[in-house]
Amino acid sequence: MSSMSVPAAGRVPTAVPAPVVVPAARAVLLLGATAMLALAAYYFVGVDQGALSVFGSDTHIHEFVHDSRHFLGFPCH
Amino acid sequence: METRLIGRGILAGAVGGLLAFLFARVFAEPQIQAAIDYESGRDAAQGALDKAAGLGAAPEMPEIFSRTIQANIGIGVGMIVFGTAMGALFAVVYAISLGRVGNVRPRALALLVAGAGFLAFYLVPFLKYPANPPAIGHEETIGTRSGLYLTMVLASVVFLWLAVIAGQRLRPRFGTWNATLLAGAGFAAAIGIVMAVLPALGELSYNVKEFGHRATETPLPLKDGNGTIVFPGFDADVLASFRLYSVGAQLILWTAIGLIFAPLADRLLTAAKTPAPAEAPVTV
Repeated sequence: MSSMSVPAAGRVPTAVPAPVVVPAARAVLLLGATAMLALAAYYFVGVDQGALSVFGSDTHIHEFVHDSRHFLGFPCH
Repeated sequence: METRLIGRGILAGAVGGLLAFLFARVFAEPQIQAAIDYESGRDAAQGALDKAAGLGAAPEMPEIFSRTIQANIGIGVGMIVFGTAMGALFAVVYAISLGRVGNVRPRALALLVAGAGFLAFYLVPFLKYPANPPAIGHEETIGTRSGLYLTMVLASVVFLWLAVIAGQRLRPRFGTWNATLLAGAGFAAAIGIVMAVLPALGELSYNVKEFGHRATETPLPLKDGNGTIVFPGFDADVLASFRLYSVGAQLILWTAIGLIFAPLADRLLTAAKTPAPAEAPVTV
């Protein structure tokens, strides 16, 4: 979906306003990466070191955000 | 453009998280402390019963962070990180929605997306598995409970997304009003089925084995060998307040995201649009 503007020779370029968004591929990458990071943060605040644990049996994150985990509605021990 | 939208979403989310934290510090912490005090008292009563029955004492859990740290800093970091994450996700959905959801103005779209986030990420899962203070929730079922809660979150996010797409498809035929009602009814029906199928927490196999058939894991009164109540069940008022404040905090968070992001996005998108006509003085 890249080449939509190949002006035919001898024609005046039409006055189509430049699209506001950057190319779709970059947008997808950026939006996807942002969403992944956000979901990782969601996971560490809400789930890690409870049901699953990235850092083994350590419970520092769990204990530190303990009150917010309960209060944000996540299940906790 | 996306970069600037995401930056503004993160900013709005962080401010929302901060506001939710202030609310939590004032209103939720007393309830959380009451719940922890209940848990300690109950553990002590249970310990005395076990000792009288000749059983060994349960091992003490080491305290990693003091209550002061948890109740003042930990909850703040948790709320702000959560708010920031939700603000970033909000901006991603907002950027995708721009230009794809019909003729909605930038500010109105911000409120709609924030409302959708509140519903899908919190309120709908809460209807099935409401927030619980400390002392409610058995250690043995944490894996199952997390899985069930995240299933509810995933289902409500996906169904709401599908409902929005369905609403867009139905609009040409039924008009905006009726298409929205139809999509909303479809969402309610689909998530209602999921809620009916998923088990109540009290019906998890461990809980049925230990406590019989119950709806939740909220502690019942503690009884000694003769059936005399030696420690009360969990205070219903503490539970009710905690849950009400939990909804309140999420409402504050998502309202802040919507209201802070709306004018920022409006300025950004209007500024992006205005110079364009100036460059194109084409006479027809």
